[in-house]
Amino acid sequence: MLLHSAIAAAARLFTGVRRLPCTPQNEPLAIYYANHTSHLDTLVIWAALPGPVRVITSPAAAEDYWNASALRRWLAHRIFRAVLIPRERIQRDNHPLDRLASCLQAGRSILIFPEGTRRSDGKVGVFKSGLFHLARRFPEVPLVPIYLDNLSRILPKGAYVPVPIIAQAHFREPIYFDASEAKPAFLDRARLALLG
Amino acid sequence: MDSDLKFLLLLVGALLLTASLIGWILSRRVRSEAGRVTVANLNARIRSWWVMVAVFSASLLLGQAFTTVLFALLSFLAMREFITLNPTERADHEVLFWAFFIILPLHYLLVGLCWYGLFAIFIPVYAFVFIPFRRVLSGETRGFLSSTARIQWALLVCVYAVSHIPMLLALPLRGFEGQNAKLLFFFVLTAQLSDVLQYVWGKTCGRRPVAPLVSPHKTLEGTLGGIGTTVLISTSLWWATPFAPWQAALMALLICLAGFFGGLVMSAIKRDLGAKDWGASIAGHGGFMDRIDSLCFAAPLFFHLCSFYFAESDPRPPDWVFSWLGR
Repeated sequence: MLLHSAIAAAARLFTGVRRLPCTPQNEPLAIYYANHTSHLDTLVIWAALPGPVRVITSPAAAEDYWNASALRRWLAHRIFRAVLIPRERIQRDNHPLDRLASCLQAGRSILIFPEGTRRSDGKVGVFKSGLFHLARRFPEVPLVPIYLDNLSRILPKGAYVPVPIIAQAHFREPIYFDASEAKPAFLDRARLALLG
Repeated sequence: MDSDLKFLLLLVGALLLTASLIGWILSRRVRSEAGRVTVANLNARIRSWWVMVAVFSASLLLGQAFTTVLFALLSFLAMREFITLNPTERADHEVLFWAFFIILPLHYLLVGLCWYGLFAIFIPVYAFVFIPFRRVLSGETRGFLSSTARIQWALLVCVYAVSHIPMLLALPLRGFEGQNAKLLFFFVLTAQLSDVLQYVWGKTCGRRPVAPLVSPHKTLEGTLGGIGTTVLISTSLWWATPFAPWQAALMALLICLAGFFGGLVMSAIKRDLGAKDWGASIAGHGGFMDRIDSLCFAAPLFFHLCSFYFAESDPRPPDWVFSWLGR
């Protein structure tokens, strides 16, 4: 626990991201979703969550990237308690949505990046449909948008070293699934809520 | 330990105690909504002052090494705010890494070694030349001049200028050996007091804006009142400096004027970049750069005048530095 707090504090100190006093939603369980700009995104959102919320939140993370070295594996499993998601050769038995759904069923919040990949231009791209399918399966769980600002300048795609620019994680008001809404309309609404 | 310095620091403590008391009384008596906001901001400023004064005093009492590290940290945080507000490009990334993690620490190493000769040219010559060299390797030509200029400015203002403050500790002042901490204190006190008193005068009887387009809250009354009072107070501290009273008055005036214009320049840059504050790190004040903007431009000027008129020579590193480098 102490190690978790120390890592979170170091991440906040380096990126300038502030810790939230409390989450924007009332209940502890939530689906957090954010724009994806750098390898630091998961770490920074995880560090911005209040301590008690942080320990019950599992970020979704790319299996190939986070299993690639001992340090990343240790971070993903022991520190973030991440849900590792395959990006290639997706079949029925390793489907990302099932892994995320079982995490939510177990009472843990999740964090996903609905654009699917990192953008290098600082803009927010089109959302893939994963967020819609998850929201439909858990209509009562609040969807909390997080807009990440400036993180791509700290560690842009292709860079090996970070630069200490001040970044921000803006937690927006939660949105909810609406059964009468079609997929494209829902994804648009979710994207606009994130842009704020 | 210098008992004069302790006395001066206690004096600042007493001043802050008075300010806290006044702030508390104001918060009990203020009625209007606008007044409440102003007083809340005032009290946040005073609380932040306690922290800043405590950190500054501790490092000054702990000696040159601690003071150098403190100002290195301050430079780092100020440059971080400066670069964050500037629209840097992907092609600047590696250059910025050099600026933050290699040029800045090396420059402060020169402060720690008291190596004035290299200190004076390290950023204006070596870094100036290196930054476009590294940037050109990226192959990106769009925005080349503005990008390199932004980074050179960042280093000059946030690192080079600020580092003249701890370098004051290394000046071999005639008849003032071992008491340089008081000179540093005189400089920082004058610059900060000038800011505070300009704020106080401006809030109480400021009417005519002095630079409405650059810094709308600065008034003629605030500026003149603040600078006048600061020069009076700083002159009364001449006994703790290598200056005669009239010299202390001129030095204080120089610090105030350079501080005033420095504040305006940083304000103009801020507005050019579309921001009101440099950051939000110090409650009530804004960012670190908002607190030290008036020091930036005054520090090198004050250093050079002290060095020219009051020092035996420029600061020199210990002999082992040159022999270790094979000279």
